[in-house]
Amino acid sequence: MITLSGIRFSYDGREQTLFKDLSLEIPAGSMTAILGPNGAGKSTLLHLVLGLLKPHAGTIRLDQRRRHSYSRRELGRLVGMVSQTDVIPFSFTVLEYVLLGRAPYLNVLALPGEEDVRIAEWALERLGLTDMARRTTDTLSGGEQQLVLLARALAQQPRILLLDEPTAHLDLGNKGRVLRIMEQMVADGVTAVFTTHEPDLVAAAADYVVLMRAGQTLAAGALADVFTSENLSRTYDVPVTVAHVDGRRVVLS
Amino acid sequence: MLLLSIGLAVFAGRYPAPYWMPPRLLLEDTLAQRLVLNLRLPRILVATLLGMSLAGAGTVMQMIFHNPLVEPGFLGVSQGAAFGAALSIVALNASGVGIQLAAAFFGCLGLALSVLLATRIRYGGWTLRLVLAGIAVSALFAAGVGMLKYVADPLTQLPELVFWMLGALWGVTWHEALSILPVTVLALAWLWLMRWRLNLLALDDATALSLGTAPARERLALLAASVAATAVVVAVAGVVAWVGLIVPHLARRLLGADARYALPGALLLGGAFTVLCDSVARAALSGEIPLGILTSLIGAVAFSVLMMARQP
Repeated sequence: MITLSGIRFSYDGREQTLFKDLSLEIPAGSMTAILGPNGAGKSTLLHLVLGLLKPHAGTIRLDQRRRHSYSRRELGRLVGMVSQTDVIPFSFTVLEYVLLGRAPYLNVLALPGEEDVRIAEWALERLGLTDMARRTTDTLSGGEQQLVLLARALAQQPRILLLDEPTAHLDLGNKGRVLRIMEQMVADGVTAVFTTHEPDLVAAAADYVVLMRAGQTLAAGALADVFTSENLSRTYDVPVTVAHVDGRRVVLS
Repeated sequence: MLLLSIGLAVFAGRYPAPYWMPPRLLLEDTLAQRLVLNLRLPRILVATLLGMSLAGAGTVMQMIFHNPLVEPGFLGVSQGAAFGAALSIVALNASGVGIQLAAAFFGCLGLALSVLLATRIRYGGWTLRLVLAGIAVSALFAAGVGMLKYVADPLTQLPELVFWMLGALWGVTWHEALSILPVTVLALAWLWLMRWRLNLLALDDATALSLGTAPARERLALLAASVAATAVVVAVAGVVAWVGLIVPHLARRLLGADARYALPGALLLGGAFTVLCDSVARAALSGEIPLGILTSLIGAVAFSVLMMARQP
């Protein structure tokens, strides 16, 4: 479980405080979507949970323990991140890149061993990327790159996975593949938290939803309770209708 | 390749005849023995350390700054060292050790100013701030060097200043070679030990952090080692261009991007390349060719050819 209580945060040099008193609980083993318009503070929220940003006040707990009581390596084993700005620098082979996910299990000066390679190959196999293992990352399409990022996170074997806009810029086919992999990870016991500004994605994938706007949580709860026309209209400040078509939720605006 | 280039360098030179000394002379001629032992070997050692340090530092900086155009002098180190050398030549009429000390001091000062300025810049992430600060500090020292060139005595000081800024290993002694050995060996050993970790530090901050690293602290530790190695070799050899920029590219091209292989490859390739260039510098003409000219010339041509070649 991820618990944020009384979080206050503002970026250096900006007068406006983004989070004034943010409190939130994300259930363990859920597929949680953080939904909101651009600038709502979704990515900032993930960066606070990860520890990339430090709140000016308030506490963050991961599995009941205060986040700052974990060592870096412990946190690396607990929390994985697929970042929106995560570009693969230089031309690693896919296997070399996925192998980086094993870092939290190795000492600072250690090199990955056979067991780490085996786990990285397992992650590639799980995502259907085994044939790509020797390809360099600069030859991959955008969709393939996103799958490779997920494979790295899978090799990391975290209990909590944070994904910042994981399906942005992907076509329908790749979007579906990414969602299926996330669902598989949640089925394995991982808590997945993803940000998005696409309501349709939330309707298709999430079981727990946090609606955000201008640094405030407007609503948080199970999809069926929170994902309503009224709440989405408030979130986006335009009239939004949630319709049910063939048992699925469809967002009309 | 490094051992081969060192072997060749022992016999390259202008004694007893231009270009090449027959190996049997080493057994028969005491002058040849003394020449190799007292002049060529310390010079080869410094050339090896110089090439390894610049190439290793270049690899680290290109990966940490996610920028393949970065080289070791990037954070104000080279321009700071050049300013220190110029100041000691023009203001103090210094030579030898005086120039080296001033170059090392101002090289480190360049880095310190860059880091200090980066902490005060209120724009962008840490990497961008360091890059911006490095550019500003380098420009500041470059302006100082320009001013010192302008006021230098054109007959005595300016030639020495220009020669130093082109880089050369002329007159390197065992004393100088051994004096830079501890810092360079320790720094390079640290880079080598951290070679796989370097891959993680090349990722964006959020990802690197999520993989259990302390990105800012670990990058700073690697940068400090890179800059220390660069500062001490630049202090002895002057500003030797291109090695730190192109050798990391060559190593990545030959061995792939994974620093487990690319970093040791760059170290060996940098050492071999600099030793070979220095051999040509002292053997090709009756006068010494500044090393920096040769590294630029040979490096740029080799680099262009390799970049035009098919990906292996």
